[in-house]
Amino acid sequence: MDTTAQRKMETERPEPSGPSQSASPRLTLSGISKSFPGVRALHNVSLSLYPGQVTALIGENGAGKSTLVKIMTGIYQPDSGEISIDGQATTLPSAHAAFGHGITAIHQETVLFDDLSVAENIFLGHAPRTRLGTIDWRTMRKNAREVLETMRAGHIDADARLKDLGIANKHLVAVARAMSIDARIVIMDEPTAALSMKEIEELFLLIEFLKSEGKAVLFISHKFDEIYRIADRYTVFRDGEMVGEGLLKDTSQNEIVRMMVGRNVDHIFPRREPKIGAPVLSVSGLSHPTEFDDIGFELRKGEILGFYGLVGAGRSEVMQAIAGITRTSRGAISLDGQPIAPKSAADSIEAGIVYVPEERGKQGVVIGLPIFQNVSLPSLARTSKSGVLKLAEEFTLARSYTERLDLRASSLSQDVGTLSGGNQQKVVIAKWLATAPKVIILDEPTKGIDIGSKAAVHGFMAELVAQGLSVIMVSSELPEILGMSDRVVVMREGRVAATYDNKGLDAETLVRTAAGIAA
Amino acid sequence: MKSFLKYREIWLLAGIVVLIGLISTRFPGFADPANLRQVFNDTSILMILALGQMVVILTRSIDLSMASNLCFTGMVVAMLNAAHPAIPTPALIVIALLVGLVLGAINGFLVWRLNIPSIVVTLGTLTIYRGATFVVSGGAWVNADQMSPDFINFQRVVLLGLPVLSWIALLVIALFFLVMTRTAIGRSIYAIGVNPTASVYAGIDVGRTKFIVFCISGMIGGLAGYLWISRYVIASVEVANGYELNIIAACVIGGISIAGGIGSVGGAVLGALFLGIISNALPVINISPFWQMAISGSAIILAVVLNARGERRQGRIILRKAEAA
Repeated sequence: MDTTAQRKMETERPEPSGPSQSASPRLTLSGISKSFPGVRALHNVSLSLYPGQVTALIGENGAGKSTLVKIMTGIYQPDSGEISIDGQATTLPSAHAAFGHGITAIHQETVLFDDLSVAENIFLGHAPRTRLGTIDWRTMRKNAREVLETMRAGHIDADARLKDLGIANKHLVAVARAMSIDARIVIMDEPTAALSMKEIEELFLLIEFLKSEGKAVLFISHKFDEIYRIADRYTVFRDGEMVGEGLLKDTSQNEIVRMMVGRNVDHIFPRREPKIGAPVLSVSGLSHPTEFDDIGFELRKGEILGFYGLVGAGRSEVMQAIAGITRTSRGAISLDGQPIAPKSAADSIEAGIVYVPEERGKQGVVIGLPIFQNVSLPSLARTSKSGVLKLAEEFTLARSYTERLDLRASSLSQDVGTLSGGNQQKVVIAKWLATAPKVIILDEPTKGIDIGSKAAVHGFMAELVAQGLSVIMVSSELPEILGMSDRVVVMREGRVAATYDNKGLDAETLVRTAAGIAA
Repeated sequence: MKSFLKYREIWLLAGIVVLIGLISTRFPGFADPANLRQVFNDTSILMILALGQMVVILTRSIDLSMASNLCFTGMVVAMLNAAHPAIPTPALIVIALLVGLVLGAINGFLVWRLNIPSIVVTLGTLTIYRGATFVVSGGAWVNADQMSPDFINFQRVVLLGLPVLSWIALLVIALFFLVMTRTAIGRSIYAIGVNPTASVYAGIDVGRTKFIVFCISGMIGGLAGYLWISRYVIASVEVANGYELNIIAACVIGGISIAGGIGSVGGAVLGALFLGIISNALPVINISPFWQMAISGSAIILAVVLNARGERRQGRIILRKAEAA
């Protein structure tokens, strides 16, 4: 860190007060509009960021948050509206210009360079130079260490390759980079999405540090507990418009939710009368050389079995093994009492186990193919005879399942890409139901989707089990686990830590078990 | 997407019609049905090869070894014919298909089992197969006088107004159309090209499907080997040297996305026809072959620009209002 920055830290340290109304905003966006061909992404939105305060930007998926971030970082140009920094009107014609104004963004998946060292990542683009104009490596390493020290992140080796660090430490490096350019406005776009509880705590400490340094922070997250925990102010977007802003301490969660969705949504989990029958799927001693060991559990007919654990506890890996996508080294799986050994996803689907992965876009729908072809994709073996497709049967299959789910589309030959997110989700569900499964494994079924869609997914899960299917739900969201599961399996570091009946089960127990803390 | 694809092919077809119209102003006989039949026949081999390449490109792969496969297989059948003129031509065609299949299977195996990127595998086999041609032939040529009359004339027999070569092209086109639209493998080829991850979860074996497409392109390369040798009546190590680029060009002009998943049989055929018309017409209207290269090159870039614009159109829909519209 150079001396001017250091001096700044000492002199500019603001009084450790909470949000104060009197402070003037560091960055003000007003009347910003941005359209893309045929789409109005932002309409007349405003946003103010104050020094030493965290502003939460809240909105459902597609509310225009990412577009705004891109405008603030100089990647998009607004069609109209004003940007002012410290009261001075300005423009951000390029990413470089935004950088010059001290605006920096930390994304969900950090955009740093895996093969460069920590020091290089921190100083990329503004590395200290020698008199000859070459990079002054010694000073760079020294400065990098200093920046990390000031952030109480001295445990990070400035010479380590970035790829050898965990996500949380990568975030630290990203913040160190922000510090090194003397960033004054820090944008955090869902920084907690891939972090475990402990790492989130570390990130919050870091945000507190940024606040104490007088940085203006924009915090984007779907999670209310995080927002209330760390932010001072909020701004709510809905459908590309700003619908509310203010101080969080004066506003209840319900008020904000109402602003987000434009209606009252009481997120109540569907009430069910579980009719639990005989075991359908039993797994014992399932092991993988590197990912999990000695996994055993039983899934019964009509049951929702929750799988809870920290990110990286091996839950998805176990499910992928059961679904035949990865191989196991040992262990037995039986379905309806018959031992099965799926060698491919096709085997599992044939047996009646389907795995619905997270990330609808990447792993779910096949954009570019029409709806009916998406629905029939896992069922091709049934809708064809010796490799020749029976198109009429394919259509019938697609029609019956899309109708059951009330899919809104003008024709089944329409490209799925033209459907809205919610309708795409229905296509994904229809596609798996069409395989007539006995067991459905849903991996993070509501991750990153808005509240309205979440309720629909939960209602649908309740319907599935009511029809006698069995569901395994992998989720990292405690309310969802507690609200939906009949029983909960908690995994820790690739092993089953405990299995609970969801009767009077509390969140604390689950978190403690997942983190391995004794009660 | 379907209607949009049709839309794109209609534009390509319109472009071809305009091209023929323009050429006719300089060379009135060009649009004559007899001449157009001739152009189609001349382009048959390229069309067949473009279809073989298309299925590979659809799976996000590429087969650079097709022209070398053609050269090797052509040499093998020519030498067989020279040594054993008694072997009937249809049997030689079957042999060509099988030899091509083996060469394609080698590519496919390396891509599937060893997980090597197809561009690297086929860049290697491009050289290997041509080198193998040298090894089997000892560098010698097989000339017209060494080939049996039946071997040479088989593709020239006129049936119902069209030579057998054209009929073979039409048969291959029909076959590919059926495979791509009416079979599970055709569907899988599109699916893994558009979204490989989702395809894995849907129970499609991506590796095996890639192996199959390389077998297909190999068989097509083999078939084209016989057709080429018997058409130009010479087999040498130099046959179709560099032709893999024409094949890929035909696919690109035909709207087959190099990124995989997008493209159709009609597009590949029209892309090949476009190149065929250019190479047929320009010499007769006295345009230098260098212009011919420039025109094909421009067509490739134009096609990519148009396709990229088309793909951009399906952007993310953010506003509810726009979604409903």
